[in-house]
Amino acid sequence: MASHKQKNVLPGFNLSLGYTLLYLSLIVLIPLAAAFIKTTEFTLAEFWHVVTTPRVIASYKLTFGAAFLAAVINAFFGLLTAWVLTRYTFPGKKLVDALVDLPFALPTAVAGIALTAVYSANGWLGSILEPNGIKVAFTPLGVVVALTFIGLPFVVRTVQPVLEDLEAETEEAAASLGANRWQTFRRVILPALWPALLTGFALAFARAIGEYGSVIFIAGNMPMVSEITPLIIITKLEQYDYTGATAVAVVMLVISFLLLLSINGLQWWSSRRNSVSR
Amino acid sequence: MSLFLFIPLAAVFTEALRKGFETYIAALVEPDALSAIKLTLIAAAISLPLNLVFGVAAAWAIAKFEFKGKSILITLIDLPFAVSPVIAGLIYVLIFGLQGWFGEWLIDHDLKVIFAIPGIVLATIFVTFPFIARELIPLMQAQGKEEEEAGLVLGASGWQILWHITLPNIKWGLLYGVILTNARAMGEFGAVSVVSGHIRGLTNTMPLHVEILYNEYNYAAAFAVASLLAFLALITLGLKSYIEWQSGRSAKASEKASDE
Repeated sequence: MASHKQKNVLPGFNLSLGYTLLYLSLIVLIPLAAAFIKTTEFTLAEFWHVVTTPRVIASYKLTFGAAFLAAVINAFFGLLTAWVLTRYTFPGKKLVDALVDLPFALPTAVAGIALTAVYSANGWLGSILEPNGIKVAFTPLGVVVALTFIGLPFVVRTVQPVLEDLEAETEEAAASLGANRWQTFRRVILPALWPALLTGFALAFARAIGEYGSVIFIAGNMPMVSEITPLIIITKLEQYDYTGATAVAVVMLVISFLLLLSINGLQWWSSRRNSVSR
Repeated sequence: MSLFLFIPLAAVFTEALRKGFETYIAALVEPDALSAIKLTLIAAAISLPLNLVFGVAAAWAIAKFEFKGKSILITLIDLPFAVSPVIAGLIYVLIFGLQGWFGEWLIDHDLKVIFAIPGIVLATIFVTFPFIARELIPLMQAQGKEEEEAGLVLGASGWQILWHITLPNIKWGLLYGVILTNARAMGEFGAVSVVSGHIRGLTNTMPLHVEILYNEYNYAAAFAVASLLAFLALITLGLKSYIEWQSGRSAKASEKASDE
């Protein structure tokens, strides 16, 4: 008799996996490989020169700086929003809950022109902020605002389910044992929430780095000041500098891959933590 | 916080109607706008079924079977999410563009991919690639495979199992993925902007049409077209809430059924 190792009896494994791999290769893997192959037209020195010109360096600083800042803001306000949505009931809660996904559903170009209209000198918020010396539209601050807008759902939607699972009793127990609210938050809630919050942060960060549509309208796109890296790629393409565009793209791709790996690592870590605690 | 989200949305509709309702309608029925709407619908109509079939196939393989390299495969499916849309457009230019791998072959055969509809469809497929698969994989993993195995024992074929057992079980998750994919497909800007060439009336999708009008300082028309897209986003959110409510109800119903 053959071994009694449990065998999977369901059909379709070869077909479904084969189709998955074929489609994945055609649409994603081979085209991405093309980018890496294209850069081999450069020598290493040429490649390094293209990706480190002052204008490109300035765009990295803006893109990664603004994306990081936006992700930090989102981690804070996203946690707050998720907290309010899970712990309290108030009229219109369903509506707010649905509205959280708006930045995800709203096309980025629409978000871009809408934010510009709101924050420009004669817009609803711009006309209040600008006399007080805060210029948002057409400055790096505008980039942060746009990236915060598009990144918000990611933090809320990763933190919310974990908060729902965390029972209010744990917090009440901590309170009855004499912990004040801040201690409860720091010692009881935050440790449980940490992996989800980090994952949401990383997702918002990854999304913000690559974002193009919503940013270009509000940024003003001044070289060295408010020009993001994806725009540099577009500009190089319009000048038919395909190799240069690809070189900058490869730098961004490598960073995105690293971020994606860390997100998956975080999710693995959090699922392990959850299964240990249970 | 909800103000931060709500104000831009309100701004779209106010700006769109600023010059009156007639200007608003005029901006939407103008031939270039109509052709942009048509192209957007075509791109979504092609990319959606393709990603749907892929999503179901990938989820079937990943959720129902154990194999080596599974977590690598899941990471690879997530890849398009982490890649900037601009880069998504760029890679297709590198392959199908004039100087690209197939550039000369395409010219010899009088075919156009870049600056034409196939390029736009490809870019749209790329950016919406993970959504349905990501929605289905955890759902199908949670549901396990007992029901499918029962179907097999009772003599159902593979396709019958898929059609009568698996698909009804995952219908809400599937619908949710479809709606997300559709919203992204119709609204994609960065990737499509790289491959489209911005030819008015020919290769302009709705978001690109918004950009052109906006850069021509034709704000009323730009916001009018943008309001259509914003409306689409609101429908998406409404459907999503409805699906969550429905799937919550059916989950409760099945809990109740198993209690009894």
